[in-house]
Amino acid sequence: MIKIEDLHKSFNGMAVLKGVNLEVEKGALLALIGRSGYGKSVLLKHVAGLLRPDQGRILVDDQDMCRLRGRDLIRVRNRLGFLFQSGALFDSMTIFDNVAFPLREKTKLSEQEIREKVLVELEQVGLAGSEEKYPSQISGGMVKRASLARALVEEPEIMLIDEPTTGLDPLTGHTILNLIDTCHKRLGFSGIVVTHEVPKIFEIVNKVVMLHEGRVIFAGTPEEILSSQDDTVQTFVAAGAEWLTHDASCPPPMLERRKKNIHAL
Amino acid sequence: MEFITKIGKGTVRQILKMGRMGIFLAKSVSCCATPPIKVPLILKQIQFIGYQSLLVIFLTGAFTGMVLGYQGFNTLSRFGSDAFLGPMVGLALIKEMGPVISALMVTGRAGSSITAEIGIMRISEQIDALQLMGLNPYRYLVAPNFIAALISVPLLTAIFDVVGIFGGYLIGVKLLGVSSGVYFGEMMSYVEMEDVLEGLFKSLNFGLIIAWVCCFKGYYTGYYTGFGAEGVSTATTQAVVLSSVLILVWDYFLTSTQLFV
Repeated sequence: MIKIEDLHKSFNGMAVLKGVNLEVEKGALLALIGRSGYGKSVLLKHVAGLLRPDQGRILVDDQDMCRLRGRDLIRVRNRLGFLFQSGALFDSMTIFDNVAFPLREKTKLSEQEIREKVLVELEQVGLAGSEEKYPSQISGGMVKRASLARALVEEPEIMLIDEPTTGLDPLTGHTILNLIDTCHKRLGFSGIVVTHEVPKIFEIVNKVVMLHEGRVIFAGTPEEILSSQDDTVQTFVAAGAEWLTHDASCPPPMLERRKKNIHAL
Repeated sequence: MEFITKIGKGTVRQILKMGRMGIFLAKSVSCCATPPIKVPLILKQIQFIGYQSLLVIFLTGAFTGMVLGYQGFNTLSRFGSDAFLGPMVGLALIKEMGPVISALMVTGRAGSSITAEIGIMRISEQIDALQLMGLNPYRYLVAPNFIAALISVPLLTAIFDVVGIFGGYLIGVKLLGVSSGVYFGEMMSYVEMEDVLEGLFKSLNFGLIIAWVCCFKGYYTGYYTGFGAEGVSTATTQAVVLSSVLILVWDYFLTSTQLFV
């Protein structure tokens, strides 16, 4: 569904991506992990066609995003949903109007149908009752949920999610990840999640890719990353796993399984 | 050698920027001329650029006309030509001061806000969000401002002219004793329809300049001005300065080449 081949990108002579290759199969959710500043969000913006690479290709269903222009690009973007790190809600609109916006502008649904659809979507993300509030009047977690509702209201085939838990407390962060998991199962989209939420993210994705200094140093399943022999991968995963023994929100059997995996590192 | 390289780089950067401004104008005009036209957004911007500028236009128009009345009377009476106060005030306002001062006022009041609003949308990724929805940001953020400015600025100029003429009347006729019939009679004899149309043509040009520069500076916040709040602040300052300078330069160009006549 999404295939990235030999992607290179530099900003002001500084190489950020140095030949990235990865693939997301239809219906699969991929976690893109790695230290801050190593090009994860840049990679995501390339997939969305917001940035153009210096070299390489990004194929979405065999269509090269780097070559698409005008209506062809719009056609692909209409199949995409993007959850921004900042939420990127329109701050002059209410939450309801934000979620309704793509439906009003891109579909011929009646106002009544739009209202029903938006209210259902807001209910799904736990924002029922907050429709008339403005983005500045709600918390960071609610902004992320509203942004998720806006991205999902058109039922996209591909979701690109940029650090959905950044700036949130751990519990709210987990709620957001669980919500992404629920939506993924409900809608069956393919997607990429850029996150630092290790190892929690391993529970909801099918594949994990780790970027380090502009290159992919690991690509495999969540189980495989826990047993990776690469020092950098191990260090990153173990750093994220430290909280495991204190995770009260996790059911005991899963906690045991996690502990076993981490001890196996 | 390094100095020459710096000059060369700076020149290339400026040429690229001008090219980008040209492409921006072409895209904006194309979005203004092709459907779907976002009528509610245009009406909202007319209300913002036009209606909400009325007070400032009223005040500046009145005081400009009053100053012209005083200065015109003092100067003309030296030559015994105070009967020509009406045409002097009328022509000065209609051909030059009305279009220019109205445009400068709109730049300061509405243009700066347009840049700040679009700039904040840029740095908070709201423009990226629009693009990723498969929607054209030019159609939603830029075209409504262009159309609204093209409609509002000539209307505001007309109001400025009328208020200014009555400001001159107040001083010339009511205070300094010029005959009311002479003031308006001579004005009607010397002010031609062409003069009025020239002033309105100029104001159309200035409306385009305001929308073009202010939208461009907002849209490209971060590209030329640095990021964050400081970037928006710099973009806003640059938009007001560049618009004002361009209005004055273009006014000189239009006047000297007599393009409209």
